[in-house]
Amino acid sequence: MHASTPTATRARTRTGLTLLTMLTLVSVACTPGGETSQVSVPPPPASTGVPDTEPITLTVWDQESGQVSKVWDQLNAEFQQRYPNVMIERVNRDFGELKTLLRLAIQGPHPPDIVEANQGWPDMGQLVKAGLLLPLDNYAEAYGWNERVPENVLAVSSWTPDGKQFGTGNLFGYTTMGEIVGVYYNEAKLADLGLEVPTTFADFEQAVAVAKQADEVPIQFGNNDAFPGIHEYSSIQNETASVQDITDFVFGLQGGDLSFDTPENLQAATTLRDWADKGYFTPGFGGGGYDAAVANFAHGEGVFMITGNWIVANLGADNRDFGFFLMPPTTAGDPPVATGGAGFPLSISAGSQHPDAAAAYIDWMTSDHASDLLIEVGQIPLHTGGTSSSIQPGTVLADVVEAASTASETNGVVPYLDWATPTFYDTVTAAVQELMAKRITPEEFVAKIQEDYADFQSSRT
Amino acid sequence: MDETPGALAARAGAVGSRRTKPERLPGEARRIGYLYVAPAFLLYAAFNLFPLGQGINVSFYDWDGITTGSWVGLGNYTEFFTDPAIRSGYAHVMVLMLFYSFMPIVIGLFLAAVISRIRIRGLTFFRMLLFLPLVITDVATAVAWIWMYDVDGPISTAMRWMGLGHLVPSAGWLGDFNTALPAVGVFGMWGQFGFCLILFLAGVMKIPASLYEAARVDGANAVREFFAVTLPGLRYELQVVLVLTVIGTLGTFDEIYVLTSGGPGHATTVPAYLVWQRMFLTGQVGSAAALGIILMLIVFAVTYGLNRLMEREAEA
Repeated sequence: MHASTPTATRARTRTGLTLLTMLTLVSVACTPGGETSQVSVPPPPASTGVPDTEPITLTVWDQESGQVSKVWDQLNAEFQQRYPNVMIERVNRDFGELKTLLRLAIQGPHPPDIVEANQGWPDMGQLVKAGLLLPLDNYAEAYGWNERVPENVLAVSSWTPDGKQFGTGNLFGYTTMGEIVGVYYNEAKLADLGLEVPTTFADFEQAVAVAKQADEVPIQFGNNDAFPGIHEYSSIQNETASVQDITDFVFGLQGGDLSFDTPENLQAATTLRDWADKGYFTPGFGGGGYDAAVANFAHGEGVFMITGNWIVANLGADNRDFGFFLMPPTTAGDPPVATGGAGFPLSISAGSQHPDAAAAYIDWMTSDHASDLLIEVGQIPLHTGGTSSSIQPGTVLADVVEAASTASETNGVVPYLDWATPTFYDTVTAAVQELMAKRITPEEFVAKIQEDYADFQSSRT
Repeated sequence: MDETPGALAARAGAVGSRRTKPERLPGEARRIGYLYVAPAFLLYAAFNLFPLGQGINVSFYDWDGITTGSWVGLGNYTEFFTDPAIRSGYAHVMVLMLFYSFMPIVIGLFLAAVISRIRIRGLTFFRMLLFLPLVITDVATAVAWIWMYDVDGPISTAMRWMGLGHLVPSAGWLGDFNTALPAVGVFGMWGQFGFCLILFLAGVMKIPASLYEAARVDGANAVREFFAVTLPGLRYELQVVLVLTVIGTLGTFDEIYVLTSGGPGHATTVPAYLVWQRMFLTGQVGSAAALGIILMLIVFAVTYGLNRLMEREAEA
């Protein structure tokens, strides 16, 4: 090691000081994010459809993949045929990429016209708050969107223009396709066990116990990816708590006075932990992947599996070996309640040069024709009077579509828990993992989640 | 040490310049030097210093990445002391330090001592084999390790075969709350020790054979020889390895991202993972920036501390 000479030390000090000064200068520079202003509702369009006065390029950012993505290509081509002056520039990204890149792109000088962002506080909520999305109310009026889908589908894309209230106010996104979480069952196994499709929650618990007795895997489950745990918990919570309470909780209504620490939620947590304790789930579920669980279920391991409509594509839409029902109600005959709601909605960016054309595009992507094509690839239409001509009765797809329409008609769809706060996804998934591994008690579970919720609610005011 | 032609020329230049500009000390930097470093400095400033300044700026705000941030002063920094998630992140990184730094050094030293004592045919081949894990991308090997750690993977199968099946966690090694962090650690250790070994081997070759001979003449056994000759001779290598592995551990991200995503629960979260999560997933950009700055300061402090410690020992 060289000994430092005084000169070298002085020079080093000087350089250090220069750097520090520079950093400080930059540091005091400015408030990040710049000014934001609320966006006012654009006037209703003079007519529906695309005005054919000038060539228009619509940039669309979406996060579809696989078969659905191919349908989008087809729909885009057809839209361009219909309106020859329109050019669609499609930017297809995966969920994670879109989440991070959209924030940058939509603030830039040439934002995409139409974006397919996720709902909830972390995504759409922040875009609305920053004034980056256009309120669609007048377009909804002109195209009759409000009458096509159940209220709650619109609610999950609704915000007050300041982005402070969720589930109410203006409409910032629209979709007719939805997601629904329910229970898949293996028809042959259920019959072998001498069981019928359960009609009450107690029936379901009974069926699961019988399956356990018979050495079957009662509920196929792999929770290494963390997200499936929310669906297991919600499926029970939907039976213990009321639709109104869960919905208001997620939307943060009632001034954020709602708590997660309720007897109903505690009961749901206790039940979930008991199920895990009694071996109702796949052994070693904590280490199993979700995709592996789906594959195992498709190969005949497990009597039930609690998950969403999206695995229809994995099972095969025309598969007749599996059935689907919504978690049955506590009292026979009551309308079932299910977690789910709208799929990713389409929104128009505030910076779009062609909002009218963009609205026409959204209408096209949510038309009956689009639904027909999307149903064929296992997507679930939520709009009333959804066509089902292409669905073979007796298939798993038919079950899922029927269940979804039942839930839509009775307004029995509750939003995903993880939309409740920006950090809720992480908090809830981790807490469910800990609960099911018996690392925390049900009391600690609800307290932990309530802490996150209370933190966020207090930051909103 | 022999003087290189460059050093000679420099001295000649210094002599020459003394005649014209006697006020500058020999070896003192000339102004023109700044011009030479300008291109590199500008790039460094644009891509490192400027973002660093921005990061510092952002860390004083509560900012979601889109809307106007609000000034919170040191609020994001006090979180460091109050947020249990951050605390457990650092606790996890301390555990990992054992696997990523301490154990590889111990194993590396041991192997270096053994290899230096005995002649092995095809030493180059073994060296390459041990170094290999470091050359292959972490992410690729991590995917293979996920499979190895599976409840039905080769590790569990081998243990069952040996009659140790009851020790295999039912959720697999990465899915169990107790074994997930050590499992991540073992993976990192496997990647690190080859690196330590290579540096130590190079260092051992530098130690004059006469020292070993002298030790043997004095009747030192292998253990004594190691502590009296090998270890002191490897002081600088040890310093380099220690600093690099400790810094590497503090910045651990990809292993966690690929192997566990911080799970199960929050059993394997580490500071760098929290930075990423808050930045890109939960829109807590200010908090993420503060965490990153703190991590940087800790890395600085640890590096400085380690260097001072080693230098003092060298002087003693």
